[in-house]
Formats: sequence, C-alpha cells, structure tokens
Amino acid sequence: MAEYEPKIITFLCNWCSYGAADLAGVSRFQYPPNMRIIRVPCSGRITPKMILYSLKNGFDGVWVSGCHPGDCHYISGNYYARRKFILLKNMIEFMGIEKNRLHFSWISSAEGVKFAQVANEVIKQVKILGPSKYFDKHTGGAYVR
Amino acid sequence: MSKVIGSVLITGGGIGGIQAALDLANSGYYVYMVEKTPSIGGVMSQLDKTFPTNDCSMCIMSPKLVEVGRHINIKLVTLAEIQDVQGEKGNFKVKIFQQARYVDMDKCIACGVCSEKCPIKVDDLYNKSLAKRKAIYVPYPQSVPLKFSIDPRYCLKLTKGKCGLCEKVCPSGAINYDDKDKTFSINVGSIILASGFSAYDPSGKLNYAYDNNPDVVTSIEFERLLSASGPNKGHIIRISDYNEPKKIAWLQCVGSRDTNTCENSHCSSVCCMYAIKQAIIAKEHDPGLECAIFYMDMRTHGKGFENCYNEAKDKYGIKFIRCKVHSVIPNGTAEKGQLINYIHEESGQYQSDIFDIVVLSVGMEISEGEKKFAKKIGIELTLNGFCKTETFNPVATTKKGIFVCGAFQGPKDIPQTVIEAGSAALCAGVSLVEGRNTLNKTVIIPEEKNISGDRPRIGVFVCHCGINIGNVIDVPAVRDFASDLPFVEHVADNIYSCSQDTQDTITNLIKEKNLNRVIVAACTPRTHDPLFQETLLNAGLNKYLFEMVNIRNHGSWVHKNYPEAATQKAKDLVRMAVAKVAQLLPLKEARLNINQSALVIGGGISGMAAAKGLADQGYKVNLIEHESKLGGTANHLYQTAKGESVEKGLLKMIHDTKNHENIHTYFNAEIKQVNGFVGNFETKIVSDRSSETISSGVTIIATGASELKPEEYLYGKSPNIITSLELDRKLKEDKDTLNKINCAVFIQCVGSREPERPYCSRICCTHSIAGALHLKKLNPHMNIFILYRDIRTYGEKEILYQQAREKGVIFIRYNVDNKPKVTKVQNGLKIEVTDHILQTPVTIKADLLTLATSIVPAKNEQLSQFFKIPVNDDGFFAEAHVKLAPSDFATDGVFLCGLAHYPKPIDESIAQAQAAASSATRLLVQKTINTSGTVAIVNPSFCSSCGVCISVCPFNAPAFAEEGQNSGKSEINPVLCKGCGVCVASCRSGALHLKGFEESQIMAMIECA
Repeated sequence: MAEYEPKIITFLCNWCSYGAADLAGVSRFQYPPNMRIIRVPCSGRITPKMILYSLKNGFDGVWVSGCHPGDCHYISGNYYARRKFILLKNMIEFMGIEKNRLHFSWISSAEGVKFAQVANEVIKQVKILGPSKYFDKHTGGAYVR
Repeated sequence: MSKVIGSVLITGGGIGGIQAALDLANSGYYVYMVEKTPSIGGVMSQLDKTFPTNDCSMCIMSPKLVEVGRHINIKLVTLAEIQDVQGEKGNFKVKIFQQARYVDMDKCIACGVCSEKCPIKVDDLYNKSLAKRKAIYVPYPQSVPLKFSIDPRYCLKLTKGKCGLCEKVCPSGAINYDDKDKTFSINVGSIILASGFSAYDPSGKLNYAYDNNPDVVTSIEFERLLSASGPNKGHIIRISDYNEPKKIAWLQCVGSRDTNTCENSHCSSVCCMYAIKQAIIAKEHDPGLECAIFYMDMRTHGKGFENCYNEAKDKYGIKFIRCKVHSVIPNGTAEKGQLINYIHEESGQYQSDIFDIVVLSVGMEISEGEKKFAKKIGIELTLNGFCKTETFNPVATTKKGIFVCGAFQGPKDIPQTVIEAGSAALCAGVSLVEGRNTLNKTVIIPEEKNISGDRPRIGVFVCHCGINIGNVIDVPAVRDFASDLPFVEHVADNIYSCSQDTQDTITNLIKEKNLNRVIVAACTPRTHDPLFQETLLNAGLNKYLFEMVNIRNHGSWVHKNYPEAATQKAKDLVRMAVAKVAQLLPLKEARLNINQSALVIGGGISGMAAAKGLADQGYKVNLIEHESKLGGTANHLYQTAKGESVEKGLLKMIHDTKNHENIHTYFNAEIKQVNGFVGNFETKIVSDRSSETISSGVTIIATGASELKPEEYLYGKSPNIITSLELDRKLKEDKDTLNKINCAVFIQCVGSREPERPYCSRICCTHSIAGALHLKKLNPHMNIFILYRDIRTYGEKEILYQQAREKGVIFIRYNVDNKPKVTKVQNGLKIEVTDHILQTPVTIKADLLTLATSIVPAKNEQLSQFFKIPVNDDGFFAEAHVKLAPSDFATDGVFLCGLAHYPKPIDESIAQAQAAASSATRLLVQKTINTSGTVAIVNPSFCSSCGVCISVCPFNAPAFAEEGQNSGKSEINPVLCKGCGVCVASCRSGALHLKGFEESQIMAMIECA
C-alpha cells in the first residue's frame, strides 16, 4: 500500500509567508505536495471558523503562516492572529483533536529555506498522527468521537 | 534657447537612482535610467539585511525594482554608460554607449534553460566571486529587467565560434550572437548623477593579508556570506576549510580615514553601523560565536543607531575594542586563523588574539573612471573625489541642470541616499516645470463592461512556463480537468501566459467568448497579478474578477520528484480558484480629488525649503510658524561645516519665502484641530491675524527641534559656560571677547548618549570642531581642548577633525562613567578630566567652556494625535520606513522633514525638505487618487455596535456612524482601509466583509480543496 499522504490546508499571508513560498520555489527548495494553499491578505484575516471548517472538510492538518511579530504589513494583524490561534489550539485539544494537526509559523518573505523546512516538518508531524478521523466528510462533516 | 525637454536622465540604477526615477516618472516626466550592469539594484541588492532594523534588504527593495521595471514612463538602458553631455539646463544632448546583450529582451522569458545548459562557469561578481555563474546569466534571481545576457568575454560562441548551445535550447529564439555594441544620443531636460560608490579594494595591501587568503574578506563579501540567497545560503563558514567559525573580527576604517595606505581622508559614514549589523546577524546565526569589532571612533550617529550599538554590546555581547589594528597576520602554525595584535585600551597592554575570519570594513570611494567622467562634463569634485555641492543647495552640482544624489555626493547610508534622491528629483522637476506632462505617456483604459446579473463565465488559462511547469505538471491534464468545472466556459494552455502575444489572445478571448471572470494558473500573483489585471482592464473587465493559481513557485519548482501528486495539487488549486472566482464581484475603487495645495507646519530652514519646492511648481502653499519670524534654529547659527555663512543663506531663503506669490505665511500660529485625510485635510489654526481653516491636499511636518539647556557642568552659574548655539552667537556678534581668551574647552555629548536621552545628536562633534577652528583662526595661540566620547565627524566632515588636530586642538576622551568635573575658580574655570592615554587626571584652567548639548525634539504629542502620525521613544516623529520612506509617514498625505525627524545639519535638512516636497508632488500631480477595491464593508443590519473593529484597526478606518439611519453602527472609510481583514475576522456579529476575500469565498475554496 502506498504511504499515507495527509492533505493539509495552508493559509499564507500575502506579504511574508506567501512570498517565502515563492522564494522557496525560485530557490528550488523541495517539499512534498501535500499543501493546498489559500492566499489571504494577512494572517489576521483568518478566523478560527475557517480552520475548524477545514478540519470538518476532511483536511488532516491546517497550517497558518504570517509575518514575524513586529513585521506585519498591516502593523498588528499577526498579533491578533497569534492570540486567536493559541486559544484555538487549546480548544482543539479540549475537543479531543490532536494539537499537532494545527501549525502556526512566522516566516518572512526572505526565508525560502525556512518555508521548505517548516513545510516538511508540518507534513511529518501530521503524518505521524495519521488520517483525521474526527470529522467524516461523507456524513456532511459530522463530528465523530 | 529652445524649449524645455520634459525628460530626465538618471545615471545609476541603485536605490538612489530608483527612488529619483520613481519620483519623477510619477510626477509627469519621462525618465531614462542608464545602468552599467545588466540589471538595476546596485549595492543594496547585494546586502543581506539593512541596519538598524535588520530588515531583509531584497524584500524591501524588490517592490521598487518591479515598479521601475514595469513603469510606462521609465526606460531602462542597461549595460550602458554615458560618454558625453552637451547642451545646457533644460536641453542636454547625452551620448550613450550601450554594450550588446546578445539576448533579445523582447523575446527572453527568463526561463533559465540557456544558463542551465551553458558549459562555461565564471566568477559571479554579484556574489563577489565567492560563487560561480554561467557565461549567460542574470545577476540575481530578482533582477530587473529579468532578462538574460551573454558575457562576451567568456561565451564560447562569441570568443571561439563554438558551442551555440543556448541558441539551440532557447524556446523563444531570443539569442542573437550578431548583436552589436551601439552608440546613440538622446535629448533630456535634466540629468541626475546617482552612480554611487566603489568599495575600497584592499588587494595588494600586504598589511591586511587579504590577497590569496579566503579567510580575510571584505564586508561586502561577508554580506553575501550572510545572505540566505548568497553562495552559502546564509550559513557562515570559514571558506578555507568550510568549518564553522568560532571567532570573527571586524576591522573598521579600511580605506577610510586613512592617508597612509590609501588617499581616503574621509569617513565612509556607514561602516560602523554595518559592522554592528553583521556582527549581530552572525551572532543570531550562531549564538556561541565570538564577535569583536576593532574601531577608532564608533560612529553611530543616525536614527536608532546608538540603540543598536548599545544592544550589540549589552544584549549580544559583541566586543568593541578601540584600536586601529595595523595588520592581519595569517597564523603560521598548523592551526588555521588570523592573528591580530592590538593594544588593550584600559591597561595599555599589547595583546594578541586569533580569529577564524577577519572582515575588513571597507569604505566608499569614487572610481577613477567616475572622476574622469565628472571632469569631462564639467562637474567639480571635492578633495576625495565626491561631487561638490553647497550646503544650501545640497543636490545641485556645479553645472546647472545636473543634480546628484547618493554616495557620489558623499559617503552615506541608504535613508540619506533615498532622501537625496527625492531632493534631486524635486530639483530636476522644478527646473523642467514647463516640460511637465509633455513626454510622459498615459495608459488608456476602455470602459468597464457591466456584468451584474450575468452568470459566471470563467476562462481558465494554464501556463507551461516554457518547460518550467510543463516538465513536472501535466499541463494538458490540468487544462482538461478545468474544462469540466462549473461555470468554466473556456480553457487553454499557453507556453508563456505572460508574453505580450498571449495577453492579446486573452484580451480577444474575453471579448469573443464573453468571459466575465479569468483564472491564470502559472507563477505567482505577487509579481504577475498586475500584469493580468491590466489585460482584464484592456478587455473592459473589472480587474478584480481575476485570480491566479500558483502552480510554478508552489508547484513544479518545489515538487519535482512528485509529478503525479503535483499535477493533482495543481488540479485541486484550480478547482479552488474556480470556486472562489465564481463568487467574485466587480469592485469599485473609491476616487478622491486631491486639493491642489499644501500645508507646511514650521517655518525653519526645512519648512521654507519644502514650501519653496512645492510653490515653485505652482502649488499654493500655506506655511505656518509658531513664532513671529522665519528661520527657526538657523537664526542662531554662525557658519556651516563647509564654512559658508548661515546668515546669508538664511536671509535669501526668508526673502524667497516672503516674496513668493504661491506661499502664504502665518505667524504666531497654533493648530487647534485637524480633520480629513489624504487629499483633503482641514486644519483649523489661530494666528496673529485671525483664526481660520486651511484646506490642503498634503501636509508637511517641519516642526524642528531645539537645543537642550543642560543642568550639569555648572551651566547658568557662570557667564563663561555656554552652549554651542551661544558660542555661535558670540562668533557672530562678539568676536572681541573671544579674541582675549587663552584657553577654551568643549565638552561633547552633554545630555546625549545617556540613559535619559540615548540617541546621538549627530551634529555636535562637527559643530564643536568647526567652533574650535573658528577660535583658532581668531587667536592661533589659544589653547583648545575638546573632551569627547567618540568623534563623529562622518563623511567629509572628517577633514575638519584632521585640520583641528593639525592646528593643535587637543582631544581628550572621557568615559561616561567618569565625566569631567567643572568648578569655578578665580578668573575662570577649573576642569578636571582623566586623560585616556596617560590614564591620569589632568586639570585644565579655562576661560570659556562650551557645552555641546543634545538636540531635543519639540513637544510633538498633539500634532501626532491630530495627524495620526507616530512619535518614537526619543520624541522624534517616526517615518513610514526607516530605510526607504524616510520622509513619508504611514499616514497617507503627510510628510516629514528636518529636525522633527532627527537631528541633522542644514544640508541634510534641506535635502529632506525637498524629498518631502517631492513625495507630496507625486501625490498632488495625480489630481485624483484611487483607493484599493479590496476593503472591508459593514452590513449595518448585523452590526451590534460593539466597537471591536474600531479598536483593532491600526488605520482608524472603522468608526461609528454619527448620523443617518445607521447612526451608532460601525462604518468603514474605504479611503483609510488597507484591506487586511483583521476587523472582519474579529467581528462577532458577522457584520463585516472583506471584498475580494469574503468568508464565503474562502469557505468555498476549503470545501473543494
């Protein structure tokens, strides 16, 4: 049987992490194609609902990446994002879902190497957990325990 | 003379040239940028980070590179040099020599196949020969123009007539071995010299052991080693054996402040800061690393620099050793390393240490070629070969109509270069005002088609990008997959979606098939969104009905080992984009009229210079001054560092301001209230004449700063103890008493570089030394002592320091923990200080003590609130970006100059005032501005008036509506909104929406991912 390949939704802020992903490409730093990338203006645009909705839709992991603290193109969006995600991570765990399905990182547009490294790391971590079994896409995303 | 030509030629495509070009091209002039190398970017593009904030250099620069590359009113002339200049101000004839590129720029699509196949490897000069490149190359991945060129010195085909591989593999037939060098002439109205500097080359100087020693590197080489895009991907190594270094030393003043090993008597101004930056970054790479900087005076005289220096010492543990090291000696033993001998400052002992890498902090100089060229076209140079300018006209060369900016004007850092670029652009623009809007081109856009109520008809274009995408991802499969997706009306695959002919095809298809939404699956939207959006506009579609799918940078390039999975990913991404695009709506950009007048706050040198810069272009300027006369601090000054009379220059400025038909001055004025935003400010003022409201499109803040009246060193207790400004007054009015003095003492850093005021006041060292020289001139027998911490006579001001020492002024360094003691004695003062060489206390009996007190900002809090412009910890205004927007605020339409920004001398104040005026001009000439369509809106029926959006928005865009049926509900001003979506994500009632990134759109993407 082929090795299990998790599907990971990835939200990247336009100014830093999306740029880092572009640079990883320019520099040909390799990582496996498990990500499905959604570009957003700022990590502060992402709501916990989007992340939960991704899990509900059968994704095995979610990765959100924004600008380094202090470097936000919109001054403070990533700080709001950071607060939300810390809470969300705790809540996910409380719900009984492995914390490691959610990953947050701060990658500047100059850090192509780091992007590839974190991508590989996120895939590795989610792979360890195996397929997400808490939501069943075929039953309309019902929460299964 | 014939008519004025509305175009400007800029020599040099570094950051100075780029900024000047953008300022001019965006204010109605056509620009030719002549660059020697195949690509613009200059030295800044080679830097890893920029001090003092350690921003990534390329990241902050590349948007400017792209803007220049795409600008309709900038013509790049690369691989070219000016040979001759004829004519005069308003109408120059410039002869240009351009080398052959051997690659057709219109055809080259920068796929890189040629370079991949090229068999010739040569030293990569962009990476300072630390890496190899091919004979056909682009200097760096973000190069603009991103077009390959053949180096004819190495190409086998061009040198030996063999090979020809690149021609065979080039998919677009761009290679042209028959290309020829050419010489041509163009006519321009003005010229800006922004040719920058050459880094001092330590080759051949035996004492640095630089030749044939890979472990002694110059600072630019080290910069490439630090860079993530450099030859070693940012991993620091000792090149001789690829081991990680444990100890690195920086030697300052290599090729600067040195008339022994070279002829450079100037200080290069930037080396202290870049050495600190490099040491910090190296430490961040490896916290165990030991870093030592050997220096003479630590010159951290810029905004935020002193903090950075203190952090380097205290937080990073970088060692600063005050010693000019004579030589570097490669370790003779089996152990690798470089031996450095030095004198330990406090003990006076001779010490030795071995370092793995030695970085030579090389200075700036002007190449012989540049000097020769300047002389040829009649431009005078200074002693050290920099362009000669006057204090009150800081960017004008000695030839009318030719201006200068950046390091060619004198050694300087990036922000000062950017400031001068703005200043040079303003001066060039003012000199050609009649020619404005005569040669520049405007884009004509067809009328937008109304698609409301139409069902989505999506066109999907999948790009092969030559073989860049196609060799990994099955492009036809992705195309066929897309054709089955909902609402998709047309699919196609293109070899190059970005090529001009594909743009035309897409435009035609949109019309022919009545497409109302477009998806391009290709490279990255960060570089290509604008291009395709333009194509939509040309086809009469709203530009927001477009989405890019990144299947190259995020696809084929990073998944080359997984072709099948990568194809699946590409299909998923296309499906996600289709789901989103189907929901996209045309977005409107708010258009605002810009009031064609300016408000300048502050009537000092900076305020007057800014006002004149705008008024000379025909804009009405209201200048408000809180005192009863113009001139500000400059009223108290005697002479400039270059020896010009301040009074004379100032009187001319005041005269020009008072008699200018476009400048209206208010005295004793105070601001009471400010309303409005960019384009339409309403400022309520009360002045000696009346109280009124001034309308303006832009506002320039030039509120200045003042001299600290100290509380130490018995100031105020004796008439013999005065401040620097008080000495200037005596020099102006009371030379007789100064003549009689036998001994004068200066104490530096009074109130500066102390915990209460940690910044360096930048100008006091130069000011005191100039003062000492004036005193020496009055009475050559006068004993003069300057008690200092570091002498910071940056740039060519260093020559004053030299002169002072030659004339017998004695410099004694004191330690901040052991400050000089001043006591009153009969007939004068007694000053005790510990001599830094003798390490013993000495007593000076003085008749006059001058305190070089710090420069303190005006009370800016209220102004800061009025215009929503931030103030830093020291009380100076905080600019939009320390490096690239030093005269702008993050708040649109408000600009900054002079001492309100940071202490600076007159020439720098005037340059910044002109730069602020240039930024303001860029805005005013547009007459209207469009805001982005990607903004948040409120659905008032859902709004619960909680105010969270108002509290989280950093731009003050949301506010409670004060009237109408939605009064009390949140309302977003689309002009202020930057479209980040933070408020949308924070709204707990679901009342907020971000156009273009709607929740429903993102959810739709998630659903079908």
